[in-house]
Amino acid sequence: MAADWKSFEPVLIPDIPHLEKIDVYEKNGGYKALEKVVKGNDWTPESVVNEVKAANIRGRGGAGFNAGLKWSFMPKPDGGPRYLACNGDESEPGTFKDRKIFEYNPHLFIEGALIAAYAMQITTIYVYVRGEYHSWIKMMEKALADAHEKGYIGKNLFGTDYSVDFYITGGAGAYICGEETSMLESLEGKRGYPRVKPPFPAQKGLWGRPTTINNIETLANVPLVINNGADWFKAIGPESHPGPILYGISGHVNRPGVYELPSGVPVMDLINDVAQGVRGGKKLKGLIPGGSSTPILRADQLEGVSMDSDSLREAGSMMGTAGMIVMDEDTDMVDMLWRISHFYHHESCGQCTPCRDGTGWLEKILLKIKNGDGEIRDLDLLLDVTTQMEGRTICALADAAAWPVRHTINRFRDEFEARCKKSVHAVA
Amino acid sequence: MEETYEFTKEDLQEIEIIKAKFPTVMPATLPTLWVAQRRFGHVEPPVQRLVAKTLDLPESHVHGVATFYTQYYKERKGKYVLDVCTTTSCQLCGGYKMLHYLEDKLGIKAGETTEDGMFSIQSVECLGACGYAPMMQITNDVYVNNLTEEKLDKVIDELKEGKMPEFESVGMPLLEKRNI
Repeated sequence: MAADWKSFEPVLIPDIPHLEKIDVYEKNGGYKALEKVVKGNDWTPESVVNEVKAANIRGRGGAGFNAGLKWSFMPKPDGGPRYLACNGDESEPGTFKDRKIFEYNPHLFIEGALIAAYAMQITTIYVYVRGEYHSWIKMMEKALADAHEKGYIGKNLFGTDYSVDFYITGGAGAYICGEETSMLESLEGKRGYPRVKPPFPAQKGLWGRPTTINNIETLANVPLVINNGADWFKAIGPESHPGPILYGISGHVNRPGVYELPSGVPVMDLINDVAQGVRGGKKLKGLIPGGSSTPILRADQLEGVSMDSDSLREAGSMMGTAGMIVMDEDTDMVDMLWRISHFYHHESCGQCTPCRDGTGWLEKILLKIKNGDGEIRDLDLLLDVTTQMEGRTICALADAAAWPVRHTINRFRDEFEARCKKSVHAVA
Repeated sequence: MEETYEFTKEDLQEIEIIKAKFPTVMPATLPTLWVAQRRFGHVEPPVQRLVAKTLDLPESHVHGVATFYTQYYKERKGKYVLDVCTTTSCQLCGGYKMLHYLEDKLGIKAGETTEDGMFSIQSVECLGACGYAPMMQITNDVYVNNLTEEKLDKVIDELKEGKMPEFESVGMPLLEKRNI
């Protein structure tokens, strides 16, 4: 647990005015890590991978997999193209952190992606950003053009024989494109249908070639690890899930926003100190800790819980993207859950029947309960549908749709039953 | 008779720049649909056919892509499309209230367009601005954060005068300003 979080100085988004400008970024030591590794001063591609692996940067897109380990899955170069695809799709409700990097420190991400590419001997990078982020795509286009002009992207970096291309491309409105293989399909100009794995992208990714996919925040951590070392990184927050985290806090709090703090900050500190408590002096009712798919926790389950994967798993939830949604005592859990189910039904790509039909059924039954026409047995039907969806589809969207339903009903069952009892169909 | 659509010389140059980013032509499908929508205001089937012809790709492929992604307008919309987010954080913070206020103000329901062709309203899924809820996006462009009825009144008045809101940075809550 990061007990000393109050003295933490942000490193992903430090308090430096106009850090988005390349000159300011350079004056603050920017692109030095890239120069070091590309010039090979004490660094080889392999040693970069090993350092990142040792730092244990766990993927910030939600899955939390060791980034360096993921990089090490790339096969040896065979002379053909290989790709890095940076995932800036960011569409999970509650999650709004990566665009802060695009806006306030885009070059940290760009430098991280370039170091990652060098480490994996990749010569083409794509950053895929959700289409709704029109303003941020423009900012990134500018940042990439500036980096290109300065010679950090393009031919013969720092006079070496390493050359790299870096492009930005946008989506057009589809949550599923945040799923890594769906993002690849979309990048290839198709409907965003997730691919069956295996083969994994490291073997067969973009255009059938080896591809690594990393989240924006994950890559932004890379220059910090190269500059300060894996041990420095590991010393921030809990050992099992270290590093700085961009916490997105939304919902019924006095001061919502994105806050950079160490991993492992106590949940109640984030709500009470960082976000300045629940709005209107109301009581806390529940919390979704890491984006809408992560299981909701009741206020009485939050005692002693900190924002890291181990602590949240013990509490019965997950870290996800650290996008916390706070709910006060007046929150109608039936309405809230119906809206989440509506989201997943809307966003199911329709490829797998358990997801396409399952998300529809969840929404339909919840709408019936919300409208006061529910029966107690509908609650068990909902739980039954979730078990028929989970783990039976190509990607995890069905799981992401099932978990909120199962956990919200189990953890707030009284409220759901009360709504059903209002129904004329209710059994006395 | 079907309306005919043509890209301008500038559009075609932009499409060439897009194509150069990728090893094959198919990845240009999404960005070229964007070019088309910005030019014509929608991607109805004749526009999809123009995109297919320009990229030398099957019409069925372009149609499949255009219909999969929500931001492409498969039917004509108003000059300004008001996408009000009503997903979880916005729902909790009054997104539906803002949506209904707009509906009453403009005399149309979500999914409809005003008779003068000025405004369309849509209730949309999460736009990734959860900390600034409730919010909306105007015609796939700027975000308007922390909506209130007064703010909506102002935005609508300004849009009627053809004034698009500026990009609004919501700032970073930096450490020393947190008063922790």
